[in-house]
Amino acid sequence: MAKELIKNVVCPFCGSACDDIEVEVEDGKILNVYNACSVGTATFFPQPGVKRFKKPLWREKKTDDFQEIEWETALDKAAEILTNAKRPLMFGWCETSCETMRMGTKVAELTQSIMDSQITHCHGPTFQAIQMVGEPTCTLGEIKNRADVVVYWGCNPLNGHPRHLSRYSSFPRGFFREEGRLGRKLIVVDPRYSDTAKAADHYYKVNLGEDYLLFNALRAVVNGVELEQEEIAGVKKEDIVNLAEMMKKAAFGIVFFGMGLTHSLGKSQNIAGAIQLVQLLNGPSKWSIMPLCGHYNVNGFAQVMSWTAGFPYSVDFCRGAPRYNPGEYTSIDMLQKGLIDAMFVISADPGSHMPQRAVEHMVKIPLIVSEMHPTSTTQLANLILPATVNGIEAAGTCYRMDGVPLHMTKVVDPPKGLFESDTVMMKKLYEKVLARQEED
Amino acid sequence: MVKLNIRLTSGGTINQGQVTKSGGKSLPMYTKHVGSIFLDKDDFNKLQVFPMTPVKVRSEFNEVIVYAQISADGPHPGVGFIPRGPWCNLLVDPYTYSSGCPMFKDTPVTVEPADSHEKPLNMPELMKKYYIEKAA
Ligand code: SF4
Repeated sequence: MAKELIKNVVCPFCGSACDDIEVEVEDGKILNVYNACSVGTATFFPQPGVKRFKKPLWREKKTDDFQEIEWETALDKAAEILTNAKRPLMFGWCETSCETMRMGTKVAELTQSIMDSQITHCHGPTFQAIQMVGEPTCTLGEIKNRADVVVYWGCNPLNGHPRHLSRYSSFPRGFFREEGRLGRKLIVVDPRYSDTAKAADHYYKVNLGEDYLLFNALRAVVNGVELEQEEIAGVKKEDIVNLAEMMKKAAFGIVFFGMGLTHSLGKSQNIAGAIQLVQLLNGPSKWSIMPLCGHYNVNGFAQVMSWTAGFPYSVDFCRGAPRYNPGEYTSIDMLQKGLIDAMFVISADPGSHMPQRAVEHMVKIPLIVSEMHPTSTTQLANLILPATVNGIEAAGTCYRMDGVPLHMTKVVDPPKGLFESDTVMMKKLYEKVLARQEED
Repeated sequence: MVKLNIRLTSGGTINQGQVTKSGGKSLPMYTKHVGSIFLDKDDFNKLQVFPMTPVKVRSEFNEVIVYAQISADGPHPGVGFIPRGPWCNLLVDPYTYSSGCPMFKDTPVTVEPADSHEKPLNMPELMKKYYIEKAA
């Protein structure tokens, strides 16, 4: 078969969801990937020697070796585990399509599970803050065409979202920003002099965990208050005043923020402080704020859960009707308290990304993991369901970090023996659970 | 022996992203990039070790052996960085303050050179030792 160049592919890695990727394919194999950053490219090319799960694997005890089983048996076992559990948790989703999430929500409703995603340990506090104080935001397209002051606060996109600066915020030439990078100020606030800080025009080194103080100091200065201290949160008074002035004079400003705010003390209050600063700046200027979502479909999970259950994440279906209370039904809290008695994980690695107390409980309960390659979580699993890669081996919908929905194209077929998409796998699981419940 | 008292922070890095996305979590490169603590240069020098020497990092919640490296993002005296992954999450303060989100960015830890026979475990070994064997 001749070589084929597939254009406008959406990169299935980070929340930037770059939709200008070009993939060269021959005989169902990917030869080259163009336009993507190094992390995006790595998504298309597994490391040599890495095992890909192609058949479901099962073990009764976590100390046993895995045995290959048929899909029918595997889905039966998954349905049995989820229906027998009193407090099941269905976790992951941010690297699957919205269609898969929708199917997953149906299974969660039937099995009265908690439906949660990586949002819980990344931007969970962001959603709590948005629910408290709102969110003046915009799209990445507006930023590209208008923004003249770009602030990255508590995040390092040159590592986490490598093309974010070049594609959306700082470097591109926009309709009102013909000079590109020269027409924009790039400001970074972070405790570490990160790669993004090194690329900035102005860098402010805030003390670890003291962002909240700095937001309030900036709000005070924007409100015309004279600061009494010479230094706040590690930043000198004159620097705070200068930063506030730069922000007030912006034609169009944007604050991007990341885990630096959600993972340190203060959590949702840090973000509420950031949002309230932006709201205040909308007096003298025009400002927006946007969380830098890690995975390509973090926003999609919040969208799907909001339109199906009315809440963005950590939705508890145990009573039939959806309930939401961060700190109570959130995965890490539930796991640490030992309240979960079975767990289904899809496209996520809580074994790597959750703290030890939560992982210790995952070892004690039946664990079903849908994955492509070995991860810390598959090491703890009883049942492994091989996954199809959305955006490479299956088409689907994702929401970019700014809430713009994108259609993800299929580039190659999944390996033999796998479902054509995770949505199909979830549908089969749904049917198994339904049949089991009708029998009872 | 020197023992540093510092604050541990964690997060994604480009190397961690690349290895993770290409399915390489069971490969040695994952241990090298993610099972490492990146220290401020002056803090690092206090340990009197070479880069990539195994060190023991201990928090209230666990202890783990990782490689010591000099941070390229310094100066950040008193702050150490371990990329997001199973090594740092053995140490992280799991308390969520009812937010659902633990203290990934701020956990007090000590750092000291490891005993000569100790070296960082790779991901499968680490999961087995700290979780499966502990529960068995
Ligand atoms: S910036 Fe993100 S979405 Fe864009 S190519 Fe890189 S990994 Fe993919």
